[in-house]
Amino acid sequence: MELKKSLLMGGALVAALAFANPSMAKTLVYCSEGSPEGFTPALYTSGTTFDASSRQVYDKLVQFKYGTTEVIPALAESWEVSEDGLEYTFKLREGVKFHTTREFTPSRDFNADDVIFSFMRQYDKDHPYHMVSGGTYEYFNSMSMKDLIKSIEKVDDYTVKFVLTRPEAPMIANLAMDFASIHSAEYAEKMMDNKDVFDQKPVGTGPFQMVGYQKDAVIRYKANADYWAGPAKIDNLVFAITPDASVRYQKVKAGECHVMAYPNPADLDAMKADENINLMQQEGLNVGYLGYNTQMAPFDNPKVRKALNMAINKEAIIDAVFQGAGKAAKNPLPPTMWGYNDEIVDDPYDPEAAKAILEAEGVTDLSMKIWAMPVQRPYNPNARRMAELIQEDFSKVGVKVEIVSFEWGEYLKRSTDINRDGAILLGWTGDNGDPDNFLSVLLSCDGVGGSNRAQWCHEGFNELIMKAKAVSSAEERTKLYEEAQVVFKEQAPWATIAHSLVSEPISTRVVGYKIDPLGGHYFYPVDLK
Amino acid sequence: MLRLILRKLGLLLPTFIGVTLTSFFFIRLLPGDPILLLAGERGVSPERYQELMVQFGYDQPVWQQYLTYLGNILQGDLGTSIVTKQPVLSEFMALFPATVELSVCAIIFAAVLGLPAGILAAVRRGKTLDHTVMTTALVGYSMPIFWWGLLLIILFSGILQWTPVSGRISLMYWIEPVTGFMLIDTLLSDQEGAFWSAVNHLILPTVVLGTIPLAVIARQTRSAMLEVLDEDYVRTAKAKGLSTYRVVGLHALRNALIPVITVIGLQIGVLFAGAILTETIFSWPGIGKWMVDSIFRRDYPVVQGGLLMIAAIIMIVNLIVDLAYGLINPKIRHSE
Repeated sequence: MELKKSLLMGGALVAALAFANPSMAKTLVYCSEGSPEGFTPALYTSGTTFDASSRQVYDKLVQFKYGTTEVIPALAESWEVSEDGLEYTFKLREGVKFHTTREFTPSRDFNADDVIFSFMRQYDKDHPYHMVSGGTYEYFNSMSMKDLIKSIEKVDDYTVKFVLTRPEAPMIANLAMDFASIHSAEYAEKMMDNKDVFDQKPVGTGPFQMVGYQKDAVIRYKANADYWAGPAKIDNLVFAITPDASVRYQKVKAGECHVMAYPNPADLDAMKADENINLMQQEGLNVGYLGYNTQMAPFDNPKVRKALNMAINKEAIIDAVFQGAGKAAKNPLPPTMWGYNDEIVDDPYDPEAAKAILEAEGVTDLSMKIWAMPVQRPYNPNARRMAELIQEDFSKVGVKVEIVSFEWGEYLKRSTDINRDGAILLGWTGDNGDPDNFLSVLLSCDGVGGSNRAQWCHEGFNELIMKAKAVSSAEERTKLYEEAQVVFKEQAPWATIAHSLVSEPISTRVVGYKIDPLGGHYFYPVDLK
Repeated sequence: MLRLILRKLGLLLPTFIGVTLTSFFFIRLLPGDPILLLAGERGVSPERYQELMVQFGYDQPVWQQYLTYLGNILQGDLGTSIVTKQPVLSEFMALFPATVELSVCAIIFAAVLGLPAGILAAVRRGKTLDHTVMTTALVGYSMPIFWWGLLLIILFSGILQWTPVSGRISLMYWIEPVTGFMLIDTLLSDQEGAFWSAVNHLILPTVVLGTIPLAVIARQTRSAMLEVLDEDYVRTAKAKGLSTYRVVGLHALRNALIPVITVIGLQIGVLFAGAILTETIFSWPGIGKWMVDSIFRRDYPVVQGGLLMIAAIIMIVNLIVDLAYGLINPKIRHSE
């Protein structure tokens, strides 16, 4: 009896957690998938960490407009780019307050010193904070910021100038990325004797202030009442760390969370049917592809690549691998990205024609390897299954396929090898909403032997994307990228397979939530009814 | 007794060194490395890769890395996580109490139900009760933990709404860790209802983690009891006209307990293994989940340090079990 009573009491507590009383503070609970690696975004690379840090606690000079990849002002009110594209001058917002925490009470507003500190920590090897907390700034490095930035100068308290070594049109979009979050230089100064604390107890200017963290259990935030764009509509934000996707779903059903990350594809139908859950879906900014090794015969022949592409039944893959939550891809860019060339017609699924082309090119009795990733990724929920379907498709045109796989780290490493055998399944999720972030990283001549897994270096294509990187007019860039996609389609270094749909189940009590195309979770504009 | 303890402790030292060796080299035998996993699809340039290898100290010959590691352990330094950049020991200490709390509850649950079930089955040998207990135990022993956990969540948290789905305590409460044991910390915190919330959150994970040990204990108790119930001294006790309660509860049980205690001690290892799954299902912030994540990320320092700590704890528990024999059965104490 006693036990039953306590069980009922527990039930009552859970019900109370459903925040039925409107006079109570509004607390939004987000069931996240894991613990952040830390709270200084520049040190890390995972979305889980960014969700818990940069996307709630910090601001950047510029930000993505909610639910889009459009870059809008944030801590910088405006900016100017010099004619030669080498100087970016930012006018900073005045009156922006940093959070007051147990460790730190700011004595001044945000200014140029904070911007200089945040970038110089990553840039300058001799900076007192450079080596703190491991000192790995992988995004800063991989976005080539080190070679790109010549200097960062403080013009006055509210003006900062970035001088570049070469014109780089995606620069502004880069500054909206998580690694570019702005920290308080004053807080860093105060923590000089205890620098690790700086990275564990975050102080930012963002819409939420972190108030508590228990690893693998919970993170608590409260709304920043002094937020420069006005306080958030909710009073508290809680991350309930829940590693298992089925359990996250049960928590949403039981009213223990309002928003959950990364649902199980198998649960989607039940979620659609649940009247207390609003299943939001949107095309993700990603692409899954099969990359041939274009430096190796017979894949060095574009006609052979094209023929193989025609042998793949993409619709069958969308049904079987993505369970319908995906869209067949015809370009290396996702359709929600600016610069996407919708005029391009995809290669038809035509095994007969494919076989004829292969025979005409003298390719008979071809045996090849297809590499299948050992992990689930947003752009490919089941690479093994996808590889099996392609194996079957290829067998219909007389091509024998052996499927191979390696441990994920090994897979990534071996696949960069120029002498890699066969074709590889891989993909990409955008970082900053700029086409350059797909085309340059994945298909430029510089990427051969690295992130360009097709080992494809095409002069015409490369020239187009390099030119698009250097000009600043959006119109001109769009044109260049559209042309580049035409070259891509003719040359077919990849079979573009699919862009996946991103699904996010939220409680029907949540108002104003939007899916972020870049995969983040933001709660500033969200309300509860 | 003191000599016994010292001798057992002396045996621990080589075991300990063996554990450092295996944990250090096995994780390195796995393909893949932490830097590549950190970089993901984006990749990392060969120059940057080399730079990071130097920074993490992986450019040194492996034996030298091992000696450095061993030297650091002797100074109480288990290293720093590559992923979170936090000291391994402090992460372990923050998470370990949650695992202990859950494991202790699970083993108590298993013993409190398993011992009487085993005794009853032995006394009623061949009867319906015996068959029921043994069949249930077999089912419990074969239960896949993940499936069992989800099933209980769907039934008790989803449909009946008696228990919370997961976590250690309701999000209404914020309990600053003092001991790290939620049941104790909630009592210390004086927040009304917090303790019951913690108890409520413990119920399902305790049942799930305790199921296999419960089955093992019940079966072991039954067979140990059956063995001693046939002994001469038990027959003598019965012949003296003692009540069944005294015969079974005093004369037989005391001797039957020895193998049972061994089994309970061995279950500690099983509990740690089971905790990996149980902690994942119930979002329980313990070391099981932490270890698995670290293996996937090839976070060498965490895997090494975590394994070492777990091995040390299992060794200590086994030592205590060894000593407990002596307490239960004076014959063992004297023969040593």
